[in-house]
Amino acid sequence: MLFPPSKSLATAQPNRVVVTGAGIVTALGLGWRANAEGFRAGRPAFRRVTLFDVSRQRAKIAAEVDLPSGLPQTKLSANTMRRLDRATRMLLHAAHEAWTQAGWEPSEDLPVVLGTTSGEMALGEKFLQQALASPLMKRRQATRVVHYQVQQQGLDLCSAFGFQGSLTTISNACASGANAIGHAWELLRNGRAEKVLTGGYDMLCQLTFAGFDSLQALSPAPCRPFDAQRDGLTLGEGAAILTLETLAHAQKRGAEILGEIIGYGAATDTHHLTQPHPEGDAALAAMTAACARANISPAQIDYVNAHGTATPQNDATEAAALNRWAGEGAKSLRVSSTKAASGHLLGAAGAMEAVVCLMALRGQWLPPQMSLDKIDPACRFQIVRGPADARIETALSNSFGFGGANATLIFRRWA
Amino acid sequence: MGVNRIFVRGLGAVSPAGWGVEKLCAALDKGESLPAQNLARPGLEKPLRVRSVPPPVPRPVFFMHPRLRRASVITQHTVAAALEALGGDAAQVQSGALRLGIVACTMSGSVAYSRRFYEEVLRAPETASPLVFPETVFNAPASHLAAYLGANGNGCTIVGDDGTFLQGLAMAAGWLLNDQADGVVVVGAEETDWIVSEAMGFFQRDAVHSAGAGAIYLRREKASAACAELAAVTDSFLFTQNQNRTEAARKMRAQLPSCAPGELLVVSAQQNSRAAAAENLAWGGWSGSRLAPKAVLGEAFVASSAWQCVAACEAVARGQFSAVNASVVGANQQAIGARFLACAEPV
Repeated sequence: MLFPPSKSLATAQPNRVVVTGAGIVTALGLGWRANAEGFRAGRPAFRRVTLFDVSRQRAKIAAEVDLPSGLPQTKLSANTMRRLDRATRMLLHAAHEAWTQAGWEPSEDLPVVLGTTSGEMALGEKFLQQALASPLMKRRQATRVVHYQVQQQGLDLCSAFGFQGSLTTISNACASGANAIGHAWELLRNGRAEKVLTGGYDMLCQLTFAGFDSLQALSPAPCRPFDAQRDGLTLGEGAAILTLETLAHAQKRGAEILGEIIGYGAATDTHHLTQPHPEGDAALAAMTAACARANISPAQIDYVNAHGTATPQNDATEAAALNRWAGEGAKSLRVSSTKAASGHLLGAAGAMEAVVCLMALRGQWLPPQMSLDKIDPACRFQIVRGPADARIETALSNSFGFGGANATLIFRRWA
Repeated sequence: MGVNRIFVRGLGAVSPAGWGVEKLCAALDKGESLPAQNLARPGLEKPLRVRSVPPPVPRPVFFMHPRLRRASVITQHTVAAALEALGGDAAQVQSGALRLGIVACTMSGSVAYSRRFYEEVLRAPETASPLVFPETVFNAPASHLAAYLGANGNGCTIVGDDGTFLQGLAMAAGWLLNDQADGVVVVGAEETDWIVSEAMGFFQRDAVHSAGAGAIYLRREKASAACAELAAVTDSFLFTQNQNRTEAARKMRAQLPSCAPGELLVVSAQQNSRAAAAENLAWGGWSGSRLAPKAVLGEAFVASSAWQCVAACEAVARGQFSAVNASVVGANQQAIGARFLACAEPV
């Protein structure tokens, strides 16, 4: 039953939650290794958009994924595999990597919690194009309706791996991926499940690209988070999936542990639909809540993977929030935005950046952002500007979205 | 305060029957299908048939709030239903005395603005409206509601088929049990647009598309104002390659108690759809009373399941039934059920 919980929460001690598998697909490559190399070098992955026409847009670049033609072996039939859309294909690649790494078996009660902003919006776009241009032509329209909807990508994922548990799709704009992981963490922490598959995905589509361009939120050049002259974000696409389980469950089966999630905080910024409060109140609340639940202080955070979109307003707000949160410790705080390499993956961003934090903790290096000319003086913290090895025990990741969705995750190295 | 007990403190609804729970229930009591209206389909002479939400009379004051003047219709539905459910507690949220969580559930979301914005993009992307685009995101209605109330705590928008509203109830219950909020309002909302009506027609030829919202306000404390207790939300049984909707519906039904005298079953089935066949089979042995809101109100996806639950709570609050099961066999994702009890017994 989803409610009431099977165990009494009043007496239960919160479970520790660990990551035993991670899969990632971005424009930097397919899989952990390719992405770790790219993020460690801070290599930007931007190019002119080829998926749709951008000739009349102000911005023309994004971080497009080069998807291989093949798909990993799953329980899906060959026919089903052939008709899978781009978003589901990215999702399957990431999930297969995480699944394989975790060594899980199919499970009746495995909950799946995903984050996305628009799922397979490109099919919705095609549906509308045909409905407007040829109202009487119905060919392929029913299929587009089914596969456009976000639940279908999740259902294909469940069918592919034989999951029979619940599917929850969170759509909190650019915080969706982080909120999904946070919700999964809460399910495990509170004894509602022993393992959860979670993460986020989003693909580039014309509606979203034109939407951000209409807001003049896209930069014509590769984005420069926290630069004094930053002028907007660069979109990306991809998927990132984590297999989470309680520490007890992971240890019982002798699983390799990639890291521990020790804190999650969420808050709502009610200032404006698209503009954050200038002082970053909600961002501060999310970071403070995550630290409180992790039972650590800001001084114990070794690295912050910032939301850092490179829009003037986001970065100013996040800088203000980080300064307030870290206080005197800000000057020694190391921060970077990996969107400078991967672009902004929207609903997948929080999940992708969670995997980057795990990579950094595992490899003991700091992800740099290379496209930075002059640091915004509002940043009292250090920006990681070049590849560097470092001793890091804890990493914090911020995700902020339209509508005021703010989420923070905290990870700890597993030694 | 029971360890795992969750109470329904308030209900809200916007439907083709009008604005408010009273109008929703009056229409369901009457049991007659509400009249459908024509909805123009660009490029075709023949209009689509929908059950629209009538304009509110009088016009709600919240429509004039700076965040809501240009907001989508689904936002108006969301806010209206939530405020009705919150009742006097809305003022407590606004004063900062009550930590409110918001769970918004939808399947189609702000589809009218999305369609309008993408049409602008197809015509001339360089002039597409920056005012419209932000309203297209799934969480815009929840964001506007939070802004209106000044609710800066937990907020979440979940997307899926009809059963998503019941998932939202379970998520809200979890927040309350973990003390992440003092109260949580769960809203299921949809809006009409020709693009959705046409899309729905591929799968439910005889169904009439409708829109609106339903809201349930949950608290841990039982108060004199409590109208029902949320007793259970079943697991969500997915429609996958390995589990068809008939099997999923059967498993859902198995998690809910058998019929006892004085109980009501509120079903999601409508006419002769595939979902109806699976649901009817699952509940074949049910001998108690049965209510099918979609037959009266039309098909409004997540708003429909929200109306089911609102009707269920209202039925026990009125003392008509001691317990009500809500059964949802969704459009294309899951079978899931919930059980509501009258609040007669001491806590």
